[in-house]
Amino acid sequence: MGVFTFVCRSSGADWSAKQLTGDLEASASSTYELQRKLVQAALAADSSGGVTSSFSMVSPCSAVFQKETEARKNRVMPRPEIQAPPEIFYNEAEARKYTTSSRIIEIQAKISERALELLALPNDGVPRLLLDIGCGSGLSGETLSENGHHWIGYDISQSMLDVAREREAEGDLLLADMGQGLGLRPGVIDGAISISAVQWLCYADKSFHEPRMRLKAFFGSLYRCLARGARAVLQLYAENMYQSEMIMTYAMRAGFAGGVVVDWPHSSKARKAYLVLTCGPPSMQTSLPKGKGEDGEMCSDDDESGDDESQTVGIYDRNRPRKKLKVNKKGKGKEWVLKKKEQMRRRGHDVPPDTKYTARKRKARF
Amino acid sequence: MRLLTHNMLSCNIKGVSNGFPLRLEAEKWVEKEVELNADFLRGIFPKIEWKALAGAARAIGYDQLPDEADASMLDSDDFLRRFHHALLELHVEEGALVCPETGRRFPINKGIPNMLLHEDEV
Ligand SMILES: C[S@@+](CC[C@H](N)C(=O)[O-])C[C@H]1O[C@@H](n2cnc3c(N)ncnc32)[C@H](O)[C@@H]1O
Repeated sequence: MGVFTFVCRSSGADWSAKQLTGDLEASASSTYELQRKLVQAALAADSSGGVTSSFSMVSPCSAVFQKETEARKNRVMPRPEIQAPPEIFYNEAEARKYTTSSRIIEIQAKISERALELLALPNDGVPRLLLDIGCGSGLSGETLSENGHHWIGYDISQSMLDVAREREAEGDLLLADMGQGLGLRPGVIDGAISISAVQWLCYADKSFHEPRMRLKAFFGSLYRCLARGARAVLQLYAENMYQSEMIMTYAMRAGFAGGVVVDWPHSSKARKAYLVLTCGPPSMQTSLPKGKGEDGEMCSDDDESGDDESQTVGIYDRNRPRKKLKVNKKGKGKEWVLKKKEQMRRRGHDVPPDTKYTARKRKARF
Repeated sequence: MRLLTHNMLSCNIKGVSNGFPLRLEAEKWVEKEVELNADFLRGIFPKIEWKALAGAARAIGYDQLPDEADASMLDSDDFLRRFHHALLELHVEEGALVCPETGRRFPINKGIPNMLLHEDEV
């Protein structure tokens, strides 16, 4: 049980990592490979259960990797993005979950509806031609079809696309890597959504992968294929500030205007960040809508108990029943956090000390 | 894959300057009837490369599209029906898309074109 901290350095193409207090170490040819090795090394040294981990770049050639094992009850799997490349992670078994888990289906549908709303298509009932980037098994596309639109779905996982086909997805499916660019004619697409997929671009899954180049290719091609004034709404799970800034930077460089809409910013689980991008010159349309629950309105964020199967999808949606909303109106203040921390300490967990920063308000970010 | 999508796709192999239209080599295709929506057809028409659509339709045995088309034709129900059929009701199941510049083949399996590029094509 505990926290493992590694200092990572690169020289040339190779990365090496050393444990800060201890002698675990590893080296690899990509940060992705390195993280995977470190997770394994830490797990071998301490098998008390699942882990959470974070990889933060300090400078282009150094980084800190932290991995934490937790008690079984609070078990969390490492982010899918560092477990394996997407085309491997989303294998048959994982793809199957996307058809059989009613929870996943419901969550993805809710996010997709919100993304479609944020696309702000003209309210004239005319079907449009849209993209679903990282369409997976077609859950997000289904929302587009239900609203009468035509769509083209991109995904890198054959297994996910097979399931989409089985589910009779109405959009056209392409086996393609968004990091290689979309390969579409300029100005022909009326809007694009992407649900829980773009953060994958931040990981170098192959030795020749360069996340920055891939983000550049993706956003550049997205910008070109959209009609003037069209929007792209990308819901994504960035691992840290560094990633979200990197994603934003490349979107802006491609020419997009826009920003981030965060629904339920105060909830660790229901929180959803949407990058809302507009193609072309700023206009009235460019002003960002507000996130749900931005000003104090709370969305319940109960104990994470009973949920040891972990997904990159949150548990609670933005349309909590009214009753639940009221109960949590006050939210979780500093007092609550301190109480919880004390509780965890008593149970023998390693809990960071209380400081003036504990439970402070954070700026919106994704 | 419908011809709607074929009409939008362009080969993006590094160094290719004119990757459109991808030549359609169809081995197997199916027809699926869907409701005609005239507003959609009128909206998408200006974005369609007509020659490519007519050519692709011919490649899968549908030769009822005129060689050329202009917006005034959208008033004709008969034209709309043909346009609709070619664009949205014909699905290529097996075959390939071929880059007009490099000849690189992108196979279509079970209706899904494999557009993944090799390392040296990016
Ligand atoms: C969490 S799933 C979401 C699927 C779908 N949007 C939904 O809402 O159900 C993320 C998807 O992104 C796809 N993906 C990851 N990296 C990709 C890439 N570079 N190009 C295309 N798709 C990618 C994965 O294969 C996976 O199907």
